Amino acid sequence: MTDIGSSRTGLRAWLLSETPGSIGQARCQRFYLVWLAFSANPIAMGGLFIILSLVLIAIFAPLITSGDGTEQVLTRRLLPPSAEHWLGTDQLGRDMFDRIVWGSRITLYIVALVGIIVVPIGLLVGTTAGYLGGWVDTILMRITDIFLAFPRLILALAFVSALGPGLDNAVLAIALTTWSPFARIARAETMVIRNSEYILAARVQGASSARILLHHVTPLCLSSVIVRLTLDMAGIILTAAGLGFLGLGAQPPLPEWGAMISAGRQFLLDQWWVPTIPGLAILTVSLGFNLLGDGLRDVLDPRSDS
Amino acid sequence: MGRGPSLPPFVGKIVRQVSTLLLTFVGLTAITFIIGRVMPADPVLAIVGDRASAEVYDAMRLQLGLDKPLVVQYVIYLSNILQGDFGKSIMTTREVSEDIIRFFPATLELATVATILGVFVGVPIGVFAAVHQGKMVDHIVRVVALFGYSAPIFWIGMVALLIFYAKLGWLPGPGRIDVFYDGIVEHWSGVILLDSAIQGEWEIFHNAFSHLILPSAMLATYALAYIARMTRSFMLDQLNQEYVLTARVKGLSETTVIWRHAFRNVLVQLITIIGLTYASLLEGSVLTETIFAWPGIGQYITTSLFNADMNAVIGGTIVVGICFVGINLLSDTLYKLADPRARQ
Repeated sequence: MTDIGSSRTGLRAWLLSETPGSIGQARCQRFYLVWLAFSANPIAMGGLFIILSLVLIAIFAPLITSGDGTEQVLTRRLLPPSAEHWLGTDQLGRDMFDRIVWGSRITLYIVALVGIIVVPIGLLVGTTAGYLGGWVDTILMRITDIFLAFPRLILALAFVSALGPGLDNAVLAIALTTWSPFARIARAETMVIRNSEYILAARVQGASSARILLHHVTPLCLSSVIVRLTLDMAGIILTAAGLGFLGLGAQPPLPEWGAMISAGRQFLLDQWWVPTIPGLAILTVSLGFNLLGDGLRDVLDPRSDS
Repeated sequence: MGRGPSLPPFVGKIVRQVSTLLLTFVGLTAITFIIGRVMPADPVLAIVGDRASAEVYDAMRLQLGLDKPLVVQYVIYLSNILQGDFGKSIMTTREVSEDIIRFFPATLELATVATILGVFVGVPIGVFAAVHQGKMVDHIVRVVALFGYSAPIFWIGMVALLIFYAKLGWLPGPGRIDVFYDGIVEHWSGVILLDSAIQGEWEIFHNAFSHLILPSAMLATYALAYIARMTRSFMLDQLNQEYVLTARVKGLSETTVIWRHAFRNVLVQLITIIGLTYASLLEGSVLTETIFAWPGIGQYITTSLFNADMNAVIGGTIVVGICFVGINLLSDTLYKLADPRARQ
């Protein structure tokens, strides 16, 4: 690494220097090295491209669409894709392109919300169990195992049926059935970390368990948890779309892709684009997350299969 | 693990597996109990409907034991389940357990055929990719597998119906069997393929089989992707071992090295993966059944859901859950018994 680093100048040299001068530099270096490995992987870059596009489309939705995708014009029902309506119109004369674009916000909303709920719960349960050990570990892990052993889709179905259909309830149901693997991963990482010397040093200095868990253990668990989250994203999207398809997720007129497939089902024979295009959108995004997660795992976790 | 003087080590393992199973079962029933009885604002209303008279309402409240403390309610609930009593379904007016016996074979048939398909296609593909690691075929397999993971089954199923049924007419449409053949075969196991084969009704067998092709192929996409990927990764582990090198140096043919040496060691790990896949397909059939109007447990649960038929939803969930947990633990146990390294 030095011979490459020394021959370069400026930012690159600073990023590749063998002797970082500050914590900040060391951190930047680590990200840079991960990025170097990551960007050399075409599959992962493909995934990153898809996800970044999705985020950009969601952010700039008002700029690239002509309406909010719920405007019904019955005189232009079921028009095929054309210059005016790139992806055609649906059974209520709504522009499909607009609906797909606005639907990207719903997809991101679901994915982000599930992530925000699931990661802290998983980290909290996993690190606590792994660090404290003993009966706390036994009880927490038994609960985790029970959730891990459940069939996810069916349980989510049952949850939504009790809570009532709706986007937020679908998110809640998915989160309830998704957190357990994160607790397992966080625990496994914590078991390795807890016996290291710097944790002992922190303890000798009088740091409380809570402080050690929050400041010294959790940050180190993050990378494996994030890889797992990226790999799980596709599953989350598919479950949400499945719930939407069954009519248990987002309710009309929200342009949720799964619900759009379900609504367009009866037009499959004569107006194929109505149910087909939202399906392609789901496939693309879920593929994007899978490619990204696959690449991230190669880079961040060299122990697993590559 | 400390080795007891009298008991062989696997007895302890089995005891532990069984206790895990019991614990998971208690957890499963506790959660479904919460879903069915605690979470709905008014579980009585959920069962009798809002047009019921006050007497019916009170009778149901007493019948459900809602006047008792929650813990007592749970114990009653658990003992009912252990006796196979899930209550009555509002939709079909039969006992939920009867309904499940009626609908479950269809799901079992679908998931079994899909798993077999996934294994017989996925395993060779995985081995092939591992042998050609890093080459073009390997990358293609990887991307195709990722597609299999990423595709919404219900959508693929719909498109497949459009192409193979509506446009090309190669395969029959939704349903388990053509209406014409319905009810001819005597209902023995409920698995039409099996029943018709036993009774020698080959025409019906053929018809049922052609109905199975599309839904099981759709359901198998995920299984195939998962099995191919895991097989590839297991094979890579083996192919990098020294015994493989030794076998090659001895001059054994590549086929012998791959299939007789490396693949044999992969078999044990594959058991677990196949078990996991089977369990997840039993569950994953919910969406496939909806698309293909397949009268299985998944469709039963979703239809009940829309009719606010809570007993049926919970009963179905528990049965699928038990199968799921049971198969997972069984494959795990098999793995531990079969692989000497996992027995320590």
